[in-house]
Amino acid sequence: MHASGLTPAQLEMLAKTIPDPAPDLSWAGWILGLPAIAAVLCLLLGFLRIRNKLPAIVTIVALGGAFVTTLLLYQSYEGPVTIHLFEWIRLSWGTGPGQSLIADIGLHVDGLTLFWMLFVTGLGTLIAIFASEYMESDVGGDYARFFGAVSIFLLAMGCLVMGSNLFLLYLGWEGVGVASYLLIGYYYGKPTAVAAAKKAFIMNRVGDLGLLIGIYLTWRTFGALDYATIFETMKDGQYVLDSGAMLIPFFLMLGAFGKSAQIPLFTWLPDAMEGPTPVSALIHAATMVTAGVYLIARCYPLFFLHPDALNTVAWIGGTTAFVAATIGMLQYDMKRVFAYSTVSQLGFMFLGLGVGTTYGAAYHVFTHAFFKALLFLASGAVMHGFAGQLDIRKISGIRHIPGFKVIAWTMLVGCLCLAAVPFSSGFFSKDEILLVALTDHEYGVPFLGWLGLFTAALTAYYTFRVWFRVCAGPVAYVPGDDDHGHDHAHADDDGHGGLASASHGAVDPQPTAHAGHFHPHPPRLAINGVLLILALGAILAALPSYLKAADGSTWVSSMIADSSAVNGVPSIPAAVGHATGQATGQAAAHHELLGMDAHTALLLISFAIAIVGIGSSAYFHLLNRKAADVLKQRLLASPLTSWLPKALENKWYVDELYDGIFRYPVRGLAWLLARVDALVLDGGIVNGVARMPIAMGRLFQPLYNGLLQGYAVTMAGGLGLILAWIVWVWMKRGGA
Amino acid sequence: MTSAGVHQLFVNIATVGGPSTWIAPPDPKTLAITLLVSVLLFAIGLVGFLTRRNMIMMFLCTELMLQAAALAFVGFGRMHMDVSGQVFVIFILTVAAAEAALALGLVVLLYRKRETLSSEAWSELREDVK
Repeated sequence: MHASGLTPAQLEMLAKTIPDPAPDLSWAGWILGLPAIAAVLCLLLGFLRIRNKLPAIVTIVALGGAFVTTLLLYQSYEGPVTIHLFEWIRLSWGTGPGQSLIADIGLHVDGLTLFWMLFVTGLGTLIAIFASEYMESDVGGDYARFFGAVSIFLLAMGCLVMGSNLFLLYLGWEGVGVASYLLIGYYYGKPTAVAAAKKAFIMNRVGDLGLLIGIYLTWRTFGALDYATIFETMKDGQYVLDSGAMLIPFFLMLGAFGKSAQIPLFTWLPDAMEGPTPVSALIHAATMVTAGVYLIARCYPLFFLHPDALNTVAWIGGTTAFVAATIGMLQYDMKRVFAYSTVSQLGFMFLGLGVGTTYGAAYHVFTHAFFKALLFLASGAVMHGFAGQLDIRKISGIRHIPGFKVIAWTMLVGCLCLAAVPFSSGFFSKDEILLVALTDHEYGVPFLGWLGLFTAALTAYYTFRVWFRVCAGPVAYVPGDDDHGHDHAHADDDGHGGLASASHGAVDPQPTAHAGHFHPHPPRLAINGVLLILALGAILAALPSYLKAADGSTWVSSMIADSSAVNGVPSIPAAVGHATGQATGQAAAHHELLGMDAHTALLLISFAIAIVGIGSSAYFHLLNRKAADVLKQRLLASPLTSWLPKALENKWYVDELYDGIFRYPVRGLAWLLARVDALVLDGGIVNGVARMPIAMGRLFQPLYNGLLQGYAVTMAGGLGLILAWIVWVWMKRGGA
Repeated sequence: MTSAGVHQLFVNIATVGGPSTWIAPPDPKTLAITLLVSVLLFAIGLVGFLTRRNMIMMFLCTELMLQAAALAFVGFGRMHMDVSGQVFVIFILTVAAAEAALALGLVVLLYRKRETLSSEAWSELREDVK
């Protein structure tokens, strides 16, 4: 067996995905260039205090341009290729392997890259359009700041996905971290937003350290940082599989867990809801959180370096999916429910990666990007209309309110996809993952599949809990505490309030929420249009599965097969490799589950799950809303079960646990070190030295009495003493 | 012209017609007398400086001490048959002239502030013990 853990057939396929030197495609650099230009322009507009929507227009044009460029690149794409743009880091201290560090600015374009960039730039553009209306009350410096950060976000994401080496990936990785920090902390007047931004950034730093070590170990093992060379070296087997090399996948996955909010680094993501809603959509749907999935898919061959690496990913993913779903069941904040659903769905993606279907994971990223962006933007539109109200107990029946029908029905589309109701896009992608998991022969992995199915039932329940509460039922609402229909405190703002109400007044004859008269503020063209496009996209994302080729491959699987993630695409017969000990390609081999065809079985199970989940949700949250409270009271009343609702509502006390394990000890240590610093370093050494000249000064101070004669006596006396000393020495030597 | 050149020029001027024709050879007694006068001048200046409170008098005393130093230079120069000592005196005179202009100007200003020439009037300029 080959040292890499891959079979010869898998290595052969990997070889096909290693790019050749290629025709000039350097114009693809504009995919990164346009957001960069937009970011600079937005910064400029911010400094110039432009008070109109110009920053939004600049950003939308740039992101749209990037999307069109990606489409053009897809058109002219023939095979995996590395596009060299210009030289960046070229260190060399010898000619042998491992004696140089080369990282150029270049693009690695293959199926995976294109697939990712298509939805990243496409959704980025749509979200920017949505935000142009959503953020309009902040027109001015803040508006420019927001769109500048969005442009930086997309630039970094493009760098992460398209970069031709791990250094560029790391650059983009940190870039999205910084941009998300800027965006989550957008309302910097609000302490919770600042805390959330810091939490996201610091938690990500933990993962980033893992990624950095992983990159170092990769460089140490393969002597290069660019994907083409790494995979070439791996194919040729010209490396040493030492313990450092075996650790590569674990460090890389730590980075992925941080960025994609998996156990143990998932608590930052729900808090990140403090940012404006378009940011939640941007971070939680299309870009940042999918970076971890991308990293593992891109470096998939490296995950065969240790036989347990992918299993670890699978277990973490499956567990995260379940835990996050249970928390999502008892949250009352609409955006938080969707945030936990994101963590849960990301868990599914990692489960897919872990059980060996990069195709399923990537497909789920793709469908999830559409329906989750849709759900976030829809809940953002509800917030926009109800003065920042997010509590699902305080809004009801908005589908009967004129102007909100688009929101209600597009949200239904998103909920159906998230609940993985059969024949929706979410169903097909989740199906791919669970199918492979359930039919895996690895010890314990089928359990993860069943856990995944149970999680899917929970998902159906909590998703429709939101929809039945907010969109269905009798019309009733309590507006939020935000005057201008936005999720932030204008009290902290400097003079935007007047402008905001002016812009509202122009479109809405009755300004919102004044003196007890609250009128919901329905969205206009930009928001409704984006919601409709996204709903359409969420439906059409199922299309690849309907247009399945005869050999079972789809557009998505052919795209993924055309990259370094090829070994996780099941429908390609050559990929079948039980010898690897992984579940690669078992979909082609088994087709047996519960005594019938696996696809049929899963379809039936999914139907049952959807009926149970949505049905129970309909009973508790539409038909008999009091029953939910009664059930909760009953659970709380019994000492045996009272822990359950409490634990769920408090998110399994994970934040408290981390506080106990990490934050408070670190704080105590910081306090101790501060004392040591103040007493020993500052008090003893620094100030002690400073006190010596002061004491000397005190000693001689009385000589300075302000009379010139006194000083002269001192001088003359000193001179006399020196002279006396010279004479004394002279005499002692025996005179002249 | 370099400083060595200037020095040679002075040596040439001072020794026109040969050193032995008009300058007597160095005599330790001459040096002793000169230094004695110099020390006396310095002592008078120092004592005067320490005992007087009138700023103009104190200034004149410093001038005396300066001239004592100048005289010592001349004496040593004669001793070593070197004009450097006399050159220094020229410098000292120049500095003393500049200093006199500055010091008397200061004295005038200080007088205008306090209407007195006593240096005690300014003793509060000292820094007190904290």
